[in-house]
Amino acid sequence: MRIAGKGLTDPSVPVGFRFDGRDYVGQAGDTLASALLANGVKLVGRSFKYHRPRGVLTAGSEEPNALVEVLEEGGQRTPNVRATVQELYPGLAARSQNRFPTLGFDLLALNDLAAPLLGAGFYYKTFMWPRHFWEGLYEPLIRRAAGLGSLSRQHDAAAYEKAYAFCDLLVIGAGPAGLVAALEAGRAGADVILADEDARMGGRLLSETLVLEGRPGMEWVTSVLAELESLPNVRLMPRTTVTGAYDHGTYGALERVGLHLAPRPYLPRECFWRIVAKQAILAAGALERPVAFENNDRPGIMLASAVRSYLNRYGVAPGRRVTVFTNNEEARRTARDLMAAGVPVAAIIDARPHASAVEDCPVYTGATVINTRGRKGLSHITVRHGGGEALIETDCLAISGGWNPTLHLTCHRNGRPLWNEALAAFVPAPGAVPGLEPAGAAAGIMSTAACLASGQRAARGALEALGRKPAAIRLPAAEDAPYVIQALWQVPHAPGLWRRAWLDFANDVTVKDVKLAAQENFVSVEHMKRYTTQGMAPDQGKNSNVAALAVLADATGRSVAETGVTTFRPPYTPVSIAAMGAGGRGTGFAPQRFLTSHTASVERGAPMIEAGLWYRAGYFPRPGEADWRTACDREVRMVRERAGVCDVSTLGKIDIQGADAGRFLDFVYANTFSTLPVGRVRYGLMLRDDGHVMDDGTAARLADGHFVMTTTTAAAGQVMRHLDFVQQAFCADWDLRLMSVTEAWAQFAVAGPRARALLASVLDAPPDLPFMGCAPVLVHGVKGRLFRISFSGEEGYEIAVPARYGEALFRDLLARAEVLGGGPYGMEALNVLRIEKGFLTHAELHGRTTAFDLGLGRMISAGKDCIGKAASQRPGLTGPEREQLVGLRPQTEAPLTAGAHLFVPGEEVGRAQDQGYTTSVCYSPTLGSWLALGFLKNGRARQGEVIRVVDHLRAVDVLCEVCDPVFYDREGEKLRA
Amino acid sequence: MRLTCPLCGPRDRREFHYLGAEEYLRRPAAEAASAAWDDYLHNRDNPAGETRDLWYHEAGCGQWLLVTRDTVSHDIRKVELVATLKGGAK
Repeated sequence: MRIAGKGLTDPSVPVGFRFDGRDYVGQAGDTLASALLANGVKLVGRSFKYHRPRGVLTAGSEEPNALVEVLEEGGQRTPNVRATVQELYPGLAARSQNRFPTLGFDLLALNDLAAPLLGAGFYYKTFMWPRHFWEGLYEPLIRRAAGLGSLSRQHDAAAYEKAYAFCDLLVIGAGPAGLVAALEAGRAGADVILADEDARMGGRLLSETLVLEGRPGMEWVTSVLAELESLPNVRLMPRTTVTGAYDHGTYGALERVGLHLAPRPYLPRECFWRIVAKQAILAAGALERPVAFENNDRPGIMLASAVRSYLNRYGVAPGRRVTVFTNNEEARRTARDLMAAGVPVAAIIDARPHASAVEDCPVYTGATVINTRGRKGLSHITVRHGGGEALIETDCLAISGGWNPTLHLTCHRNGRPLWNEALAAFVPAPGAVPGLEPAGAAAGIMSTAACLASGQRAARGALEALGRKPAAIRLPAAEDAPYVIQALWQVPHAPGLWRRAWLDFANDVTVKDVKLAAQENFVSVEHMKRYTTQGMAPDQGKNSNVAALAVLADATGRSVAETGVTTFRPPYTPVSIAAMGAGGRGTGFAPQRFLTSHTASVERGAPMIEAGLWYRAGYFPRPGEADWRTACDREVRMVRERAGVCDVSTLGKIDIQGADAGRFLDFVYANTFSTLPVGRVRYGLMLRDDGHVMDDGTAARLADGHFVMTTTTAAAGQVMRHLDFVQQAFCADWDLRLMSVTEAWAQFAVAGPRARALLASVLDAPPDLPFMGCAPVLVHGVKGRLFRISFSGEEGYEIAVPARYGEALFRDLLARAEVLGGGPYGMEALNVLRIEKGFLTHAELHGRTTAFDLGLGRMISAGKDCIGKAASQRPGLTGPEREQLVGLRPQTEAPLTAGAHLFVPGEEVGRAQDQGYTTSVCYSPTLGSWLALGFLKNGRARQGEVIRVVDHLRAVDVLCEVCDPVFYDREGEKLRA
Repeated sequence: MRLTCPLCGPRDRREFHYLGAEEYLRRPAAEAASAAWDDYLHNRDNPAGETRDLWYHEAGCGQWLLVTRDTVSHDIRKVELVATLKGGAK
C-alpha cells in the first residue's frame, strides 16, 4: 500500500514488472521487495525445509526469506536473488522459489506437518542405513525436497568484469559515519573510495525521519554527496559490497554494474574489485535482529527497521494495522513514523517492564508476543501481559530484538569480536584487521550524533597514519538518544510437537533445534552450527547468529561471552563465481603467445597446438591428405630426404654475458662450458640440486664473454628463475649478467640433406660451419645468427633473426624450401624425428629422472662442482635398480601408447611386477615401425630382451624388443655430413 | 597479500614466484656430509610465527627476495635483495 507524499521513489515514473506470472507496477527507486509490498504481495517464498509460507523480513542484503529467481531472455535465470536488493527495472521478471506447483499451494508443505520428525540431525539419524541407499535413493530425494533456487542449466554467457583499485582510504558504508569520514578525508586531500552496497548512499538516513542541523536528514545527505562528487580525489562506488578483508590492506568488493537495468548491451552484470587501501574505515552500520517466539515466521512479520525503510524510503506501508514488538527504545520510532503517516498502530508490545507507556497508541510494557495466526499472512498476534493474554488483530508485526554491529569484515583475518553486555551484542575487537578502523554503528555506537563524531574520529586517525592534516569539518547537530535495550532472545513456548519459534528463517532452524543440539552434546558453537545448519544459509546467519548463540548459552548454562561465536569468513554477501573468474572464459583462460610464423602457418591450414602458452603448428596439411598422420609421415620423409623448415622460437633463449659467463655455465650445467671455443655450440645438461635433471639445451659461445643458452620450451621460465637464483644467491659478485631474450629472436630449424643449399640462398655470405658450430650471419642484409645444431638427426641448422624479421624470413624460407622439394614441418613431425633419433623432451625429463637414468651420467664433469652434483651421486640415484632410458620396438605392427607400463612376458601384470613405462611413442615412417622411448628397470643391460607393453586404458598389450634409444643413424654420420 | 620489492615498491603477490625457506641460500660445500645435503634439500621447519623465505619478482625486476614475515599475523617484517645480503654472496 503506497502512501502519497512519503518516500524517495518517483511516482511519476511507473515501472512495470512481473512476479510469478502476474503483472504489477512499481515506481522508479523501488526494490522488487518494496514494489511487491506496495502491491500488497506479502507471500514471496517458501522456507527451505518445512516449505512454510514466508514474506519479506528485512530491507537489506541480509534478507533470509525473499529469495527469488530473476528470469532473463533466452531462458537464462539467476537464482537466490534477494528481492530486497534487486532494484526494479522495466520488464523485470521474477518468480518465487522452493515451491511446487505454486507459491500458494505447495505440496512439500507436507514437510511442515512432519516437522516433529524433521528436527536437527534428522538426516544424520535417519538416512544411515543401508549404506548403499545413500547415493541412489536418499540423496536425490533430499536434494529434490530441500534447496533454494534452481539453475537454468544453460551456459552463463553474460559478461562480467574484474578490476583493481588503489586508494589512501577506503570507507565501507555511506551512512552518517561513512559520509563524515569520506568528507573529512576528502577535504584533507586524501585519495578516498567510498563504497556502499546500496544503490543509493545515505545508509539509515534514507530510512529514518531524523533531523540533522534542524533540517531533514536527507538534505544533509544530498549536500554531502554533492560535495564528495565534486572532489576529484573521492570516488563514490554505490552498488558495491565490500565482501572481504584480506592481507595487507587488500579488500574484495562486488559491484552490481548492470543488474539493475533491463537491456544492458554494453554493461557487464557485475564487476569484482580488488581494492588496495592504505587505510580503511568500516562504517557498515548494524543489522537489526528478530526475536524468537512461536510462529514468528509468518508473512507480515518484519523487522521494525525494515518497516521504517519501506515507509520512509519507499513510501510503502507494509500493513494496514501494525503492531510493534520490541526490547529497545529505538523500535518505537517505527510506531511513531507509521502513525505520523496515518497508518494505524494497534499496539506496541515492549518487553521492558519499566519502559514508558506514553505513546499515541496502546503500549503493553513488560509484555511479549507469544504466538501468531494467519497461514499465508499474519492476521492476529497473542500477547502475554501482566499474567493475562490478549489477542490483537494485526496484519504486520514489526519486531526488534536489538542491533548487531556489522563487524563481519573485522573477523576475516581471524579476529574474534568481543561481547558487550550493555549493547547485548558483539562489537569488533580493536585492531582485528590492521589498518581497518570500525566507526559508527559497526563499532557499537548507536546514536546519530555519536556516529557522526565516530566517523570523523576514524577519518582523523586514518589521516594521521597517512601523514595528512585533518580537514576539521563541522558536524551537523543530530539526535543523541541513548540506546536502551534489555536482552530478549526468545519467548518460551509450551512444549508441543508442532510448536516452534524460529531463529534462522533461511534454514528453518528453531529454538527447539538448538536446544536439541545442546542436549545431544553439540555444545560448541561450531558443532551446534553444523548439527542444526544454523547460519549456513545464503544469509550466513546475519539475522540469527547472535540469538542462536544466546539460546545455546542459555541451554548450556553459560554466558554468551563464554559460549563464543562462530567464525565470519569472506564473502560478506554471496559473490558469483562468474564475477571472481571474470575474463577467464575461453581464450581468456590463459594468455596466448603467438609466434612470428603464426599467420603464415594458419594460412597454410596448420592446426595450432598449445605448448604451454605458445601456439605451434601441428602439421601443414596438403590437399588430399586424409588425416594428420598422412601429413606427418610426409613431413618426416621430407626432412629426411630433402629439407624442412620449423619454427623453434619457443625454445627459451638466455643471453649470458660477462667475464665469468663460462665459469657460471660450468656451475649450472653438469658438463663443462668454460673450455668451449668461440664459434662453437655444446649440448648441456642442467641438474637440480637434488640430483635430478632439470632441463637440457645448448649454449653457444658468441664471443669470449658472451654465451647464448637455449632451454626447452617447457622449462624456459623455470630455467630463467633458476639461473637468476644461482647468480644472485651464490655468484652475486661475479662479472655476469643474464637476460631472457626468448621473444627477441625468431629462430627456425632448417634440416635435411638440402638444408645447406637452402640456407646458402638466403645468406649473404654462407659460412662453412662444422657440426656444432655457430657464426654471425647476414640474412638478406639483416644481422642474424646461424647455429649448426640438429634436433632431427639430419644435417640441421637453426637460423635466428630479430623477431621483427621473423615472419618475412619464415615465408622466404618456405618458398625457397618448396623449390628444393621441401617445405614446413610441424610439431608432429618434429616429435617423430626426435624419437627416431632418441632425443629427449620433457616427456623424458619429467623431474624424476637422473643423468644416470638417461645414460648421460658421464656428462657430470668430475673436475668441477656444479648444481646437483653432490646429490646425483647419493645412493639410490644410480644403479641397476633404476629405471633407465631404452628404446622399444614392437614385434608386430601394433601401435604403442605413451604411459603404458612394462612387464616381463609370462609374469603377472600387476603393480608389484611393474618394470617401467613408456614416455614417447610414434609411428616412424623412416623405419616403417612404431617406436617408443621409455624407462625400464636396469634397461641398458637388458637390450635384446622382449618386454610386454600394457596399457589397460587404451587396450594395448604388445611385445616389444628392448633396444638402444637411438633408432636412427646411431653413429651420427648424417649430423656431421 | 602484498610484498614491497626493494627495487619496484609495493606489489601484489601475483607478481611473485615462491620458492621456499631461506635454507636454500645456505648451500653446503660439494664435499659436505650427506646429512648436510639432506638438511639443505629436504628438512624444513614449519614455524608459527616469524619465518624467512624466498620469493622471485618474476613479473617485475627478476630479483630474488628474502622475505621475513609472520605466519600467524601475516605481517611482512622485512624484504631484502638476495644479491646484496651480507655474507650471502660467494
